[in-house]
Parts: sequence; structure tokens; C-alpha cells
Amino acid sequence: MNIETQDFYTQAILSMSALVGLMSFLMLGQGRLPRLILVFAMQGMLLTLTAILAGYELNSPHLYISALLTFALKVVFIPSMLQKQVFAMNIHRDVEALKNNTAVMLSGASLMVFSYYVLQPIIHTSSMIMLNALVVSLSVVLLGLLLMISHRQAVAHVVGFMSIENGLFFAAMVATDGMPMVVELGVAFDVLVAAVLFGIFFFHIRTSIDSLDVDMMNKLHEVER
Amino acid sequence: MNWAIAIFQTVLFVALAPLLASFLKFCKCRLQNRRAPSFLQPYRDLLKLTRKQPVISQDASWLFCVAPYIIFTMMILAATVIPLIAVDMPTSESADVIVLVGFFAFARFFLALAGLDIGTAFGGMGSSREMTISSLAEPAMLMAVFTITMTASNTDLSGAIHHILNEGATLHPSFVFALFALILVAVAETGRIPVDNPTTHLELTMIHEAMILEYSGRHLALIEWASQLKLMLYGVLIANLFFPWGIAQSFTIGALSFALVALVLKLIVLSVFLALAETVVAKMRLFRVQEYLGFAYLLGLLGMLSHIILESTR
Repeated sequence: MNIETQDFYTQAILSMSALVGLMSFLMLGQGRLPRLILVFAMQGMLLTLTAILAGYELNSPHLYISALLTFALKVVFIPSMLQKQVFAMNIHRDVEALKNNTAVMLSGASLMVFSYYVLQPIIHTSSMIMLNALVVSLSVVLLGLLLMISHRQAVAHVVGFMSIENGLFFAAMVATDGMPMVVELGVAFDVLVAAVLFGIFFFHIRTSIDSLDVDMMNKLHEVER
Repeated sequence: MNWAIAIFQTVLFVALAPLLASFLKFCKCRLQNRRAPSFLQPYRDLLKLTRKQPVISQDASWLFCVAPYIIFTMMILAATVIPLIAVDMPTSESADVIVLVGFFAFARFFLALAGLDIGTAFGGMGSSREMTISSLAEPAMLMAVFTITMTASNTDLSGAIHHILNEGATLHPSFVFALFALILVAVAETGRIPVDNPTTHLELTMIHEAMILEYSGRHLALIEWASQLKLMLYGVLIANLFFPWGIAQSFTIGALSFALVALVLKLIVLSVFLALAETVVAKMRLFRVQEYLGFAYLLGLLGMLSHIILESTR
């Protein structure tokens, strides 16, 4: 199963999966929120392209609809909403000092190896494309978790959460020919609602602790110390 | 015949290097709304410097005078290894990519020694910074190049280019990572903007300039030429390794001249991108360089991983 012997669709999907993984790594190392949101939008764009490609190759027109949904939600709506909030709260110039960035990056790389190791047993039962898509999407999920752990800004946590969803969506699209339309619509709607709710939470966190840095939440005690 | 073409190619490499530097300067000047100096300006500078008498400090040892010649020779030897317009050169078959990295390391070693030799504060500072950066950049570069050579199962550059050409249009996910890693490393190694500013003499930020501060006359000319050659080496390495289409596989006049035109086009595109990046990006603090190169290493590692995970036979 060498890559030269695969057809063009497989090669393109593999390249897409590599780029989606790369975007997750770029997000992990990003200290500035506007750029973090931009990279998130780029990951959404890659997912849209993958959906179009898969829809064309697998002859399943409903993937076009999910491509359209992905584009509308993850490339246009959510990033622009987050961007607007970041600008409104005047934190777009803040550079978050990431603690031990190199260690976080290397642990990200080891998470990728780990997800390959975890999925090793299904090699013999699956096609190349399915295995690799699963590996990449599992590592995108894990990298999203790592992003949420390593960043302290609440906006970065939301981006991490959304990129976890990106990883799941990628797996669903490539490995299983797309989820049923009902499920996909439901998930898209959930993501939309989540994004709006997060927006409300931002303002609440900000009014109660005067910052979006979640480390400051330690200040919230019932009793004054 | 083969040897004649190999020598011609190396001469072309050495002769075109200042032109690439001046084209890069031209792009940057246009982007910053300035008038660019003539394309021949680096040649004139080199000529002017060779005519001047070098001034050597009385504390300098023989090492200080020998270092420019060693550095320049190493760059020429490195130029023989990288295929410029044709593959299957007798010179490039005698040395592979590990030797190429070795040539760079050798030249850097002598440059750092020369910086230390005079005993000025700036020289020592520049040498220590250069060694710090290169110790981080070298593994990243090896990782990126190994990704390609593993695909070709051959550490010889000609062999790798042959393999990519013969395979036709195949999308390699790992090459994307390796390309980005190699670009980041090339920017760091040639002392371009996010890492070092080649046009500044602002004392606290300089790296390359700090080491060569005491050089003058023909010694300075050789070092300047060597650093222009290094830029060209990295540019050609990136252009020909990742986009080898157009390179001559037979030694006919037609194929060679077509390869030259293709190479010039590739280098133009590459230097426009580099100039754009240098205009957009601000210089980094020195202590953030390790993050930058750590990221380059990570990309190289990911390239290697995705080669093993996504592409290899099992």
C-alpha cells in the first residue's frame, strides 16, 4: 500500500488530513487570539474542501450540504463572532505567555504517535484512507484537548473545543461516507448554539472576575480569605 | 564532458549568487516603496571590496586570515553537491545530503572561531548566538531532508530528485511538512528577518554581522559572497528538491537551457515569497528563536511521521 500506487482521491484526502493536523499544531503554538481564530477558520476551510472532494468522489450529494454548512458555520459565522468578541473586549493585542511552549509542542507530537499506536490494531481490517483519517482525527481531538489545557484564555478554550468537533467531523466524513443528514444537521445546530452560549459566558466571566484568564477564577470563593 | 558540465554548473552557482541577493533586495525595496539599487550593485560592492586593502587587528591570529578562504571554499564545495540545472553530475554522486550539512557546519565552525579570535565583545556574542541557533536548526534541517530521502530510499540528492521526477504527480502529505520545515530552517540559517536582520548594524540584535564586524577588504568580500552563496544554496535546494520539474536529465544544450529558465522562474517565485514574508513579519526576540526552531523541528518530525504513518508500505 504505497502512496504512489493509490489513486488521486486517496492522495488528496491524505494530504488534506496532513494539513488538518498541521492546523491543529499551528493553533497549539499560537499566543495571539486573532491569529488563533484565523487558523481555526483555515481548518474549517480545509474541512469544507475535504467534504466537497469526498462528495464528488463518493457520489453522495448530501456531503455538499454539509460542506455548505461547515463553510457557513466554521469558516464564516463562528470565527467572525469570536473575532468580534475579542475586539469588543479589547484583548486582541494581548499576547498570551504560553508556559513551556516547546514542551507542549513535543507532547502534541507524541499525542499524534500515541493515536497511531492506539489505532494500530485496526490496520488489517481497514483501508489505508480510513486508518489514516481516523489517526489524524483522533490526534486532532487530543490536540484540541491539549490546547484547552495549555491556554489560559477562555476564547482559546472555545477554539479548542470547536477544533475537537472538527476532528470528529473529519473522521465521520472520510471514514464513513458522511453521517446521516439528520445527525449532521443536529451537530451543526449544537455547535451553533454552543458558540452563542459561549459568547454569553464570556461576558459573565468577564464581569465576575474582570478578565478572561481562567486562572483568575481561583479568586472566586464563597468566603473572603 | 560530465565533469565540464559539473564545473560549469558550479561556476554558474557562484556567479549567480549575488544576482539572487540583489533581486531579493529589489523585491523588498519595491514592497517598501523605495527605489532599488541596480541588479549589478552586489558585484560592484564585491569588486570594490577586493580592491581595498584588508585591515587586520594586531591581535588577530592566522585563523582570522584563513577563515574567509575556508568558508568560501566550503560554500563552493556545497554548491557542487546540490543539483542546479542537471542531475547525475559526477560531483553530486560523490557526496550526499549528510555531507552537505557537514559542509555548512564546517564553514559555520570557522566563522564562529574567527568571530572569537579577535577578542571583541561583539564577535564572541555573535559566535555564541550563531552556534545556539545552528545547534537547533541543524537537526530540523536533517529531519526535513530525511523525509525526502526516505521517500526516495536514497540520501543522494540526485537520486531523490530522480525518484520524484519518475513518480509523476503524486501528492505527498509529508512533503508539505518537510517543505515548511526546510523554509523555516533556511530563513534561520541564512540570517533573514525573523531571526536575524542582514541589513542592520544595530549592536544588540545582530548575529551574523557581529561575527564579521572586524573583517574588511577582500576577506569581507569573500565572506559576503559566501553568505550570498549560502542563500542561493538553500533557495536552490528548496526549489529543486520539492519542485524538480524542468531540471535537465540529459546533457543536451536544449535541456540545459530549459532547466536554466525553469530554475530562474522558480527562484523568482521563491524570492518574491521570501521578500513578502520579510516585509510582513517583524524580527523576533533572540529568546523566541528557540520556539521558532522548535516548531521547525516539530514540522520536520511530523513530516517524518506522516511519511511513516500515511505513505509507507505495510
